[in-house]
Amino acid sequence: MQLRRTVAFLGVAGVIALVWLVVPPLSGQQRTPTGPQFPSAYRAARAADGHPDLNGLWQAFVTANWDLEDHEAQPGPHSELTGAYGAGPAGQSIVEGGEIPYKPDALAKKKANFENRLKVDVSNDKTWHDLGDPEMKCYMPGVPRATYMPFPFQIVQGTSPYILMAYEFTGATRIIRMDWKQAAPTDAWMGWSRGRWDGDTLVVDVTGQREETWFDRAGNYHSDALHVVERYTPVSPHHMTYEATIEDPKVFTRPWKISFPLYRRMEKNLQLLEFKCVPFTEELLFGKFRKEAAR
Amino acid sequence: MRHRLCSSITLLAVVIAVGLVAPAAGQGPSTTGPKKYNAPKTPWGDPDLQGVWNDATSTPLQRPANVGEKDVLSAEEAEEFQKSLAHDLTRDRRDGGNAADVNRAYNEHWMDARRLKITADKRTSLIVDPVDGRIPVLATVPPDRQKVRAARAEGAARFAAGLPDNYTDMSWPVRCVVRTDVPPYLPTIYNNNFQIFQSPGYVVIGPEMIHSARIIPVDGRPHLHKGLRQWLGDTRGHWEGSTLVVETTNFRADEGVLFQNANPATFTITERFTRVAPDAVNYEFTVADPTTWSKPWTALIPWNKVDPGEQMFEYACHEDNFDIVHFLTGARVREKNGETVGQQRPARAGEER
Repeated sequence: MQLRRTVAFLGVAGVIALVWLVVPPLSGQQRTPTGPQFPSAYRAARAADGHPDLNGLWQAFVTANWDLEDHEAQPGPHSELTGAYGAGPAGQSIVEGGEIPYKPDALAKKKANFENRLKVDVSNDKTWHDLGDPEMKCYMPGVPRATYMPFPFQIVQGTSPYILMAYEFTGATRIIRMDWKQAAPTDAWMGWSRGRWDGDTLVVDVTGQREETWFDRAGNYHSDALHVVERYTPVSPHHMTYEATIEDPKVFTRPWKISFPLYRRMEKNLQLLEFKCVPFTEELLFGKFRKEAAR
Repeated sequence: MRHRLCSSITLLAVVIAVGLVAPAAGQGPSTTGPKKYNAPKTPWGDPDLQGVWNDATSTPLQRPANVGEKDVLSAEEAEEFQKSLAHDLTRDRRDGGNAADVNRAYNEHWMDARRLKITADKRTSLIVDPVDGRIPVLATVPPDRQKVRAARAEGAARFAAGLPDNYTDMSWPVRCVVRTDVPPYLPTIYNNNFQIFQSPGYVVIGPEMIHSARIIPVDGRPHLHKGLRQWLGDTRGHWEGSTLVVETTNFRADEGVLFQNANPATFTITERFTRVAPDAVNYEFTVADPTTWSKPWTALIPWNKVDPGEQMFEYACHEDNFDIVHFLTGARVREKNGETVGQQRPARAGEER
């Protein structure tokens, strides 16, 4: 009896040992704590310009537009009227290391931005941009925010020295000027983008962005010294890795980095639709200036 | 820069309020007769339209009465025609006293100089059909359309008098909802650039004003379902030889978006883009609306290639639309001063009456 049990135990142990040896250990899959990994040797299909073909509609599925850093679920601005509509989902930081390295004064401004994110006062040209999240006012979002807003964007890559990125949100567009070396001739809401290929990665250097854009609804912001370097790396026919290094010595103690995947939108005949949000903002911005009798 | 932009909004508002966008400059190749030019092709076989193009010209959309029935001018006549149009359009002139001169100089700065030249083929109108070069306006506008127009006219009159009740009295371009990105594309006083991008299955037109991209599938896919409408419609393209033929449908029902307040429910438009030289594209459009025009009409506008060194700039509009607040706060002050809509006030700086 005792012997038989022992033999049975050894038999089971032997089977376990065999499985242990034959089946790849679980710990091997845990080497990538951030999730599944794409084969590193992926070689993207080529576009007409001989470089990786980035043409298509793409979208991020992170919640960074609410907050680049870790954030809990939150009610919408007027939940007493709208319930769960407009509420923000929880999300994990897309910032390398978790936190944005603000200078102390700048962190205070970020917090003030958040407190004032729903306020608007356009009665004075000089203080026009002082209050409110630019997204709420339907202003072009700038880079990198345009990339992780909850809207698709389309890349148009032909043979000219320009790659177009067209975003659904407020129809914002930016022209990636390939191998262009000039300084930004003036500031623009979507900045001035210089592109180059680093192997299979499209590297885009962005300067000349208007200082008024924000990074998210949490009030994360930058100054007129913002310098963004983006990297778009195809990792499968349907995915790209997006990375952006953000540098702004007036606001941050050091450059910092965000990264997340971009997903190809696969629906048949999908197209970018209009999101002309200006009419959604006019009453908020301009309603108070109407004629008294017309109120 | 911002201030200039906003003043430009004011001026464009006035121009659009007049109903006919002031035509501007540009030289194209001869647009008459068959073309032998073989347009270059993209590696995937589509005619190559990529580049930055400018449609400015002083040739008016409609043939002016003083040229009679002449559709194409001789070299001498053309020179005189161009000179006369340029005199009316330019602000770089000294007559009228110092104040007028300064006002004009202020505005001239951001005007498109290309708008002072007639088309290279010396036509007297951009309209090529009907042959009289005039828009075939409808003699009797249907009552429901008259009503729509009258309603819009009230707000427009308040705005023109400097007394808008509300932002809703202003036109869509003034409100930065749409601008010269609504087809058909017509030359105006500035920002006449269009950048064309192509990739397999797509042609994309980026009008400078506003910044949106008109993404045109050329892969044979169907239009959106009728119920899904957009401010700029839904556009599909196909190739006929070397010509890109573009059909746009699904316009929203908002009034005042389309040219001459055409009816979105009955308006149709076909546009044709043909590369006719290394540095020129012919842009031809045919529009029809039986509740606005007695028959369809067609215009041909040369698009001229812009030096690649001359960049497209971002045209932001709503982001710094200070004017909308200035108009409204100004109107509230005028009300307090007892001004009313019928009362004529002096012209303001840069304003064309």
